[in-house]
Amino acid sequence: MSTSTVEIIYRGVFQKTLAKNICRGVVLAARKEGKIGLAFGRYSDSPERNGIPAKQFAVVAHTEEELQEFLSRYEPDNNDITIVTDDTLCKGAESWSWNGLQPVNTMLKPGGTLLVASMQSHDDLVKDIHRRDHPYHLAVVKGSTSFSGMFVYKDDHTDVRLLGALASLAPHVVGLGAVTEAIREQWKSDLKVDSAKRASDLIRSLPIRPGQGNPETPHAFELPGWKKMGEGLAIPGIPVREHPHGWDGGFVPGRSPTFKKFSTRTQRPVVNFDTCKKCTLCWLQCPDSSFNIAADGLYDPDLEACCGCGVCEAVCPVAGCVTMVREEVFQDNQSQWQRWSKDKAGYKALLAGWTAHHEARSHGYHHRGQYAEEIANETR
Amino acid sequence: MKPAESTRPKPGAAGGAPGAPRGESEELISGSEAIAHACRLADVDVITAYPIRPYDTVMQYVSQMISNGEFDCEYIVAESEHSQFEVVKHASAVGARVFTGSSGVGWLYAFEPLAVTAGLRLPMVAMVGNRALDDPGAFGVEHNDALAVRDLGWMLNWVDTAQEALDTALIAYRVAEDPRVFLPCAISCDGAFLTHSQSIVHVPSQEAVRAFLPPYNRGDKQLHPDNPITIAPQVNEDWLMEIRRQNDAAMRRAREVIMEAYVEFHAKFGRGEEPFIERYMMDDAEVALVGMGTLAMPVKVAVRKLRKEGKKVGFVRVRWFRPFPTPELQAALAGVRAVGVIDRDYGYGSAFHAGVLANDLRSALYPLERRPKILSFIAGLGGREVSSENVMDIVTRVFRAGEGKGSGDQETTWIGVRE
Repeated sequence: MSTSTVEIIYRGVFQKTLAKNICRGVVLAARKEGKIGLAFGRYSDSPERNGIPAKQFAVVAHTEEELQEFLSRYEPDNNDITIVTDDTLCKGAESWSWNGLQPVNTMLKPGGTLLVASMQSHDDLVKDIHRRDHPYHLAVVKGSTSFSGMFVYKDDHTDVRLLGALASLAPHVVGLGAVTEAIREQWKSDLKVDSAKRASDLIRSLPIRPGQGNPETPHAFELPGWKKMGEGLAIPGIPVREHPHGWDGGFVPGRSPTFKKFSTRTQRPVVNFDTCKKCTLCWLQCPDSSFNIAADGLYDPDLEACCGCGVCEAVCPVAGCVTMVREEVFQDNQSQWQRWSKDKAGYKALLAGWTAHHEARSHGYHHRGQYAEEIANETR
Repeated sequence: MKPAESTRPKPGAAGGAPGAPRGESEELISGSEAIAHACRLADVDVITAYPIRPYDTVMQYVSQMISNGEFDCEYIVAESEHSQFEVVKHASAVGARVFTGSSGVGWLYAFEPLAVTAGLRLPMVAMVGNRALDDPGAFGVEHNDALAVRDLGWMLNWVDTAQEALDTALIAYRVAEDPRVFLPCAISCDGAFLTHSQSIVHVPSQEAVRAFLPPYNRGDKQLHPDNPITIAPQVNEDWLMEIRRQNDAAMRRAREVIMEAYVEFHAKFGRGEEPFIERYMMDDAEVALVGMGTLAMPVKVAVRKLRKEGKKVGFVRVRWFRPFPTPELQAALAGVRAVGVIDRDYGYGSAFHAGVLANDLRSALYPLERRPKILSFIAGLGGREVSSENVMDIVTRVFRAGEGKGSGDQETTWIGVRE
């Protein structure tokens, strides 16, 4: 007799309904097995911001007393399963309301399973996911990123497929019988039940060894004690850096060393410096002042500050100069301008590779229809 | 030593708790949604709203029920909290059953109507989704928002589960609208832990609620063309003291009415046997903790752990803060050596710089022959988690004070603050 917890890391607003459906599905299925449960979201993520990583949780217990442990908590920290609904989150999640990058497996219990919805392979995902001292398992439900947000519910069965996979990977949390029963009751759809069953049959998990994965140390922030904090809520500004590299050395604005934004990003801009006309529009219009001015006057996106909104691509008057590319293609946040200035031919080749992953959509999950075709494809 | 019988449904009882009236449905809902269900079941006539989290979640569910055709009421989104509370105040005067609510500084923006609603003896029922009084934009739970009206004639209670939120809202209408009382009542729900977490709740049928809750009848105090009266004319020093004394008498009478309502509720729904306080493992307790709201959860977990180690500790959860359950608390705590009060609020500059509940409790226990030592703890402000380890720390201090050691009872300790 023990409590089990499931954590869902998702894109705020864009995947809110998806996460909610999964959490409710777990609790309602547990109910079918005579257990009790609780579904909640991390309060400090809410009100959610577009695309900014957020979390919801489901707790399953056998008794009222077991459940009490979780009734006044923000975030369970020893999860049986962590579900990641967008694979670009595997690079880490920084909530809008706190400081520091949280690796997606931080709250996973040793030996637990990280379940990711992705078209990428296990190997590619492991390169993004920060390494841990404990072994765990990685499982992938094949599928493109689902959009089931606050305003639109793209019913592509990602919710029930993840529930089906969960039942197969962690039957001690909820079994497949209970999951399918709960799905039938909630959605009254045999098709959704079939999707859950298929995902349950197909899911495979791979063991991940201690130390395997992304070696980067995620940026962190130490919270000061009350005696160290300044009084009266007066927060010192970030100093304006006037010409830090001299008059001809370009310009890098002052940025918060502890609050970065890149984990919000599902796409990033890549710049073709050979075609840039230095018109300033990307630099001027970027809502986050993400562009550095290089010594030669070109504009270089700072990829720790960029949240991937795509405004730069939209305003750039030169065809193909700024292109939004799927985040999964990249392993780091290196400066594009530095790469280009060191090896122009090499950069050109890189650029050609990257821009092959261009996606015709703007920020986040602007979906342009084709639901019926996609559902037909994914449920065939 | 057994824990107090849980008032919540047992698992696996599809279709209702054992012995529960027929027609109860089992729903996975949040505390805010439970409050919205209570409004629907009580067939409230007028609801006003103005968004502020976490209260806004009640608005969402109420408007959803209205748009789904499950609930028929006048639903008015005001342009501020001040107007929001004014509108229902007037609607209540003409005989409409009303509901409204707010959180944090939103509740304080309505302070003028809040203060006069009690004076006019209008049985408004409100939900306070407890929230810190801001700056800088904090929205986690603190109890200072609802506590701000504690001496103005509002009945105040704190609930700790979504089920209790629903049940208490129904009881609140019955008590507030009783002609012996006619006072407003606010149900406090801890932001996040209660307003935003979904648990299994037994939702009673409309018929059962109708049998429990009589229609609101203001009698000859109803503002109506057929009943020409004036409400709230100008009064001065020659009148006001008598008016205040009437309010005081109404608040005193509320005790009896609350007890009656719980007896009736328990008979009809099988829940809510103890009206004012919940006693947890208190029978042979040597020291006790006292608190309100969802911090009951980690406290109960810690109490169970300590009991396993043979430590005789119990817990008293205060459900109704106004009227303050003085006799119940005196009876529950007269036999213990020391009491640790955990306040999710602060009382800057008050006696011993203690929390609000600690100060009221100290007052209530002072006349006892054998007074326990009372220690005040401030914890969980702004929604910070109160862990069962925090509670164990508190209990250690309370035991030491009970033995005459440690820092004593004239200090207030902040728990879980970064030094």
